[in-house]
Amino acid sequence: MTGVPEYPATSGGYGLPATGQSGNLADILERVLDRGIVIAGDIRVNLLDIELLTIKLRLVVASVDTAREMGIDWWEHDPFLTARPRRPVPPGDDRGELTGGEEER
Amino acid sequence: MSEEPVLWLHAVTPGPDAGRLAGITGVGGGPVRPVAADGLVAVVAPVAPTEYGEVALRRNLEDLTWLERVAREHHRVADVLARLGPVVPARLATVYRDEGGLREALAQRRDDFRAAFDRVAGRVEWGVKAYAVPGAGAAASAPAASGGAGGAGTAYLLRRRAQLAATEAAGRAAARAAQATHEALARHARAARRHAPQDRGLSGVPEQMLLNGAYLVDADGGTDFANLVEALAGRYPAIRLELTGPWPPYSFADIDDGGRHDG
Repeated sequence: MTGVPEYPATSGGYGLPATGQSGNLADILERVLDRGIVIAGDIRVNLLDIELLTIKLRLVVASVDTAREMGIDWWEHDPFLTARPRRPVPPGDDRGELTGGEEER
Repeated sequence: MSEEPVLWLHAVTPGPDAGRLAGITGVGGGPVRPVAADGLVAVVAPVAPTEYGEVALRRNLEDLTWLERVAREHHRVADVLARLGPVVPARLATVYRDEGGLREALAQRRDDFRAAFDRVAGRVEWGVKAYAVPGAGAAASAPAASGGAGGAGTAYLLRRRAQLAATEAAGRAAARAAQATHEALARHARAARRHAPQDRGLSGVPEQMLLNGAYLVDADGGTDFANLVEALAGRYPAIRLELTGPWPPYSFADIDDGGRHDG
């Protein structure tokens, strides 16, 4: 082992999930939209837009049956949307965390 | 097309092994290329401003078909890079007009990147989700209707109250099981993060998600980790566990407390 990460043998080949779940769109979106390092880009896309987008996605990704079951406005009552917990922010560092719609630096 | 391409940032690596990028396709379908700065190598895809510029990006991010494609392309590059060495994936839609702006941004965060590489080198991220199992433990017997002075109405209310209490108790038991599962996995992992559970609409799973955990595990420790998940699933019938991965270390790339065991 050279210190280079080698994926476990259970992993599939390129792009193939080990467990049949890694290719799940919800899991990918959650990671690329909400995790990963936030670096100031030249081109600014307000993260709040992405936040709103995930709300929209939640509606679209929901199956018709699920959506019907829950009512068209179920997401409005979802505590994770209305009071979404955030990872703790180190003092003086607001990168990557939404602060009431404030755009990132 | 007269406009210069803009640079979509996929991820940052310690470099300088840029030769290994050959053949990797980035967002937009073209090859990625390295931008070296200060001992770091940013992996970027040159893309058309008409599709990935500021105005276009705002519009396109609202287009779910476009977003899905780009999310998968962005993820795929991080996934391939993670197999080559330490990688810090960038948040989606980090775009630069030119290399100068990107180099400046990298230089500002150089120490953060170095710390992140140290944290994730030789390790991968596994995801473990726990869902409440419907009906588990909820079969607590309702008190027999006493047929006493209260009559049928009282008996109904008592029965209903007992049912609600049983449902609540089952919910608490499932939450405790999820917490215990997270703690056991976190003890086993190099680092752990507990993310907000996905709601049902996003997960596509009707049962309530009680745990959405991410665990940083040695690259050769995947089998042990999967075995632990299986053992925990057997120990806690009130929850159903789902293991995903290995993932690039998305949850441990940022600078704050990636080494902390939270929860």
